[in-house]
Amino acid sequence: MNSAISPIISELRKTPLNALHRGLGARMVNFGGWDMPVEYPATGGLMAEHKAVRNAVGVFDVSHMGDIRIRTGKAPGGALAAVQHLSINDASKLAIGQAHYSAMLYPEGTFVDDVIVHRLGEDDFLFVINAGTREKDISWVRDNVKDFDCVVEDLSDAYTQLAIQGPRAAEVLQKLTDVVLSAIRNYWFMHGTVCGLSGRMIARTGYTGEDGFEIYVPGDVATSEKVWNAVMEAGKEFGILPCGLGARNTLRLEAKMALYGHEISEKINVWEAGLDRYCKMDKPEFVGRAALAKAAAAGLKRTLVGLEMVDRGIARDEYKVFDAAGEEVGVVTSGSPSPTLCKNIALAYVPPALAATATKLFVEVRTQKVKAQVVPTPFYKRPRKAAASPQTVTN
Amino acid sequence: MAYPANFRYTKEHEWVDAKDGVATVGITDYAQSELGDVVFVELTAVGKQLEAGKSLGSVESVKAVSEIYAPVSGEVVEANGELKNQPEIINTDPHGAAWLVRIKLSNAAELDKLMDGAAYEAYIAAKGKEASA
Repeated sequence: MNSAISPIISELRKTPLNALHRGLGARMVNFGGWDMPVEYPATGGLMAEHKAVRNAVGVFDVSHMGDIRIRTGKAPGGALAAVQHLSINDASKLAIGQAHYSAMLYPEGTFVDDVIVHRLGEDDFLFVINAGTREKDISWVRDNVKDFDCVVEDLSDAYTQLAIQGPRAAEVLQKLTDVVLSAIRNYWFMHGTVCGLSGRMIARTGYTGEDGFEIYVPGDVATSEKVWNAVMEAGKEFGILPCGLGARNTLRLEAKMALYGHEISEKINVWEAGLDRYCKMDKPEFVGRAALAKAAAAGLKRTLVGLEMVDRGIARDEYKVFDAAGEEVGVVTSGSPSPTLCKNIALAYVPPALAATATKLFVEVRTQKVKAQVVPTPFYKRPRKAAASPQTVTN
Repeated sequence: MAYPANFRYTKEHEWVDAKDGVATVGITDYAQSELGDVVFVELTAVGKQLEAGKSLGSVESVKAVSEIYAPVSGEVVEANGELKNQPEIINTDPHGAAWLVRIKLSNAAELDKLMDGAAYEAYIAAKGKEASA
């Protein structure tokens, strides 16, 4: 057997929960230079973790993600202006306590990274960024805000970030906090006491396509383990499982959430990735805007589509895509069996002419070309709660 | 799970159970536990002549593809069709019901190059130590 899983090397970075993951018998992998749990075989592994999040609740250690705080310097408005310059979404529309999906672009209109922008105060913002791009993102932010009156702080190592995800997530977390969670809408956040720790940020965000929260607690080992264990204890009655990066990937793929280095990268622009609704071209200026205006006028050359395998075979990242005539037309960016749908699904870049639903395409799986078809995305959308419930409002 | 003493093992985590000139081949319990939930198995056609070290198929879990290599040379005389419908038996019975193929040995001396159960157990124990270092 020759496995694609990277071996562990000693210089990998560790989150404060590393010893705890190893104690739970997690299978660890090198993820962007981090020694991270991919799944926890002792509690059922990837498939069970995926299902726990879809049907009940799961908890992920996402402390490897980075956090950049941008605050104003001397005059009001400096941080907002900097954030507007750095990111594609319109941060002026954010209320204090609200967050949105956004991205930082190169002048070419391609991705430095995608980010969740949280508005902490009138002139105070928190960017949550990807682990693998942390250093690059931080220097990018610093280099590009030099002309703005703002202060940039790298808080990446200050927090342990836990994602509590799934339809029972609110019930689990509610046991541990005085914040009324039903008052936090999707993509909003509040501060309050969590596990006796005051002033903790609780955001109704996640990367699973399910309801859930991300909490930010002090990044020392003792506190991190205490909070993790409290979450596990509170979730026991719902069958909470510790979840690794394997389930995180299948969950986000079903929900068609982009992964840096796959659906978005320094070679892919906003239009191609289909992230138009997060990109506010009516803002006067942001890095990458001019190139995007040009690209829009020139027209799309490729676009991101969802594929479902029709014949036996699993599409994987970087497999080639062919049209019915045998012409190579694109590439798979993420592909996997879908535990929820029990189908083999993929995201791929193809020319717009081949992007219509039900278009027949072929994915080269090792030596064979396996039939696939274009399907609507997201592959999975969480069911809406029947009763009037403010917490399921989406933005 | 115990590693049968009468089997032979490769460093790539395949097992071989040779009887009367025919080798039954599978992947070890260690291999299946490294892979996680197996969802797809593809095996080479019956009648194919394999050389030791050449691919005899692949086993896929949700997150990874693993190429499986022939531990011995010879003709594939049988492939386990059950794995098409129930690939997950690789996780539950890797040394038994989830055998992959049977190979008619063309060079029985190749078996002597493989590890016995005790040597294989020592081999994976050393790997485990490496991983947690």
